[in-house]
Amino acid sequence: MKTKFVSLVVAGMCAAAPAMADLVIPNLSYRTGAYAPGGIPYADGFNDYFALLNARDGGIGGEKVSVPECETAYNTEKGVECYEATKGLGSLVYNPLSTGITYQLIPKALVDRIPLYTPGYGRTSAANGKVFEWVFNYPANYWDGASVAIKYLLDENGGSLQGKKIALIYHNSAYGKEPIRTLQDLAVKHGFQFVEMPVDHPGQEQKSQWLQIRRDKPDYVLMWGWGVMNAVAVQEAANINYPMENFIGVWWSGSENDVIPAGAGADGYKSLAMHGTGMDYPLYADLKQYVYDAGNASGNGDQVGSVLYSRGVYAAVVIAEAVRKAQELAGTSAINAVQMRDGLEALEITEERMEELGLPNFGQPFAASCVDHGGPGAAMLQQWDATAKKWNLISGFIAPDQDVLEPLIVADSEAFAAEAGITQRCN
Amino acid sequence: MPEQLLYAMEVTVNGLMAGVMYSLVALGFVLIFKASGVFNYAQGVLALFAALTLVGLKNGQVPFAHVINAILGTDLHTFGWKLPALLAILLTAGVMVLLAVIIERLVLKHLVSQAPIILFMATIGLAYFLEGLGDVMWGADIKKLDVGLPQGISDSIERVTDRWFGYGFFIDNLDLVATLVAVALVASLTIFSQYSKQGRALRAVADDHQAALSVGISLRFIWVLVWSIAGFVALVAGIMWGTKSGVQFSLSLIALKALPVLMLGGFTSIPGAIVGGLIIGVGEKLFEFSVGPLVGGATENWFAYVLALIFLVFRPQGLFGEKIIERV
Repeated sequence: MKTKFVSLVVAGMCAAAPAMADLVIPNLSYRTGAYAPGGIPYADGFNDYFALLNARDGGIGGEKVSVPECETAYNTEKGVECYEATKGLGSLVYNPLSTGITYQLIPKALVDRIPLYTPGYGRTSAANGKVFEWVFNYPANYWDGASVAIKYLLDENGGSLQGKKIALIYHNSAYGKEPIRTLQDLAVKHGFQFVEMPVDHPGQEQKSQWLQIRRDKPDYVLMWGWGVMNAVAVQEAANINYPMENFIGVWWSGSENDVIPAGAGADGYKSLAMHGTGMDYPLYADLKQYVYDAGNASGNGDQVGSVLYSRGVYAAVVIAEAVRKAQELAGTSAINAVQMRDGLEALEITEERMEELGLPNFGQPFAASCVDHGGPGAAMLQQWDATAKKWNLISGFIAPDQDVLEPLIVADSEAFAAEAGITQRCN
Repeated sequence: MPEQLLYAMEVTVNGLMAGVMYSLVALGFVLIFKASGVFNYAQGVLALFAALTLVGLKNGQVPFAHVINAILGTDLHTFGWKLPALLAILLTAGVMVLLAVIIERLVLKHLVSQAPIILFMATIGLAYFLEGLGDVMWGADIKKLDVGLPQGISDSIERVTDRWFGYGFFIDNLDLVATLVAVALVASLTIFSQYSKQGRALRAVADDHQAALSVGISLRFIWVLVWSIAGFVALVAGIMWGTKSGVQFSLSLIALKALPVLMLGGFTSIPGAIVGGLIIGVGEKLFEFSVGPLVGGATENWFAYVLALIFLVFRPQGLFGEKIIERV
């Protein structure tokens, strides 16, 4: 009996593990817990794109892609456990989808020599490839987002924010605090008053913050929220009749989940967008043919084309392109994590390439380098139409103010280098 | 009147309203603890489960659709009907009663005479089970809950206060409804426990379940009854909080807001849950208003617990809890 049980366990493990020749790209997802509504569409988009490559192209460079999924519940400890449990599978790259998990994995990735890809989240100063050899966060990071929001407001105000009051309502966590330093510097540069308003996890009760906003009447409110905090903030803004067109969230506060609960009250709310959204891209015809209609979709299909699904697809597209580049550089299709890092560092995605991939005008072109792991950092603005229940892009890509960001990134990354005893590279 | 004072008054009123919302969650804990001495860790998840079920029934969503489709290769999502809000609420209340029966049959019945800590551990397991069941039954996506409750600023209160003080107060219509509901709920529960046969039986079990058993009161019936009432209270809390933020899995975390209320008001007192909620609501809002700006804000979560701890030092049983003296 005991032998049978052991045999069953071993057989189960063999079945669950990817074949040795597969390109292993773990998906650290969260489909349970308080943040599941955000984690599910992202994970589905990520899985579906690789399922498409396997079904349509036979994988990448002839190698099938295996995407073992591990549930983190957006919990840092569980995320680290997932990393430890899957790194032995020959994992090429990790996309942890959590700033907290990313911070914990940065020193581990350095030792294990496995790259991290953290698009639009994680440690902002990882954009400095001189210090963060194993971390990549292109095409945009939090500080880019803060700067883009201010540049947009500058455009809206004839180039001056002098005397304006801008409040930041943020998730009281490492993630939510990321843009503060940038906004403080931008406030000095442009002469606006900057007010910080933290909201504790999970953010279901925000009456104090919105009473303060009602009293102080800031000209604009920026939001760095996640999960229920976003939906409650949008509802509270509607409750106090705050002009929604003056309320702008970062890209993690700009999904359908954040506005649908507030109904008509959310109309006009804006957010940053680092990629396009919706299903009006040729890629979706292939996804439909090879994945959805073939019964290989990751979810139940109701999230397809949503903002966070699109972001999951985008992350998978960038990783797949980096795999191709790595295979090209290494001269072999069966690459390892070190070669994958080389691919991520030499990656260039042009608009022509995005068109070939079936995603024209979806994301900004960028070229990584030894120094630049952060990309151009541009973002667009989108606005919610509550009647049509859809996001509409209202600007093109706006580049961030690198004059302000560059010194901040250098200072923060050099502090990390000194603390971790890292010798800077790319000289 | 100085504007700061008027603003403090507005914060106080809103604190009272927030306190009522906390009390709605705390009431469920009190009912079960009062009747069985069990701290029901699953109360927050019961609110989530009730809200998920309500939205699912109202929108005609097929339960377990994801599983059914995966097994049978079908493409089921909805039944194609939309139920009126009241009917959906009644059906959900029925589901919560059914859930109470199942919990009694499958869990509580087997744990009679066990130490309270064992029952507490069982409710932890129940919480995780119900969270998973809710996910599999109704999906983890965020859902809008609209049962016709008004939301947004009360224009009449803003107008009146503006006329009186020259400063229009913000009061959310949803909070006003929650207050009325809480008053009705407490009144009904008090009348039920004082004047009905079942209510008296419930109190007898709460006082001494051995003695209650000896006079023929069915402990199993009382457990089903009290879990049903707690399920109904969870449904009310789920409606209020779900209307506010949409129905999503973080709804179960509202239990965290109820704990300091219970510590302050006492685990066995229904009025205590209300008064405790009001004190916590006002206390945390005024502290955030006056001290928050000096310490970087976001004080509400921890201050509620500090306030409860201070009360605990002076009244360990809470404001309205029963003082238990055990003599050896």
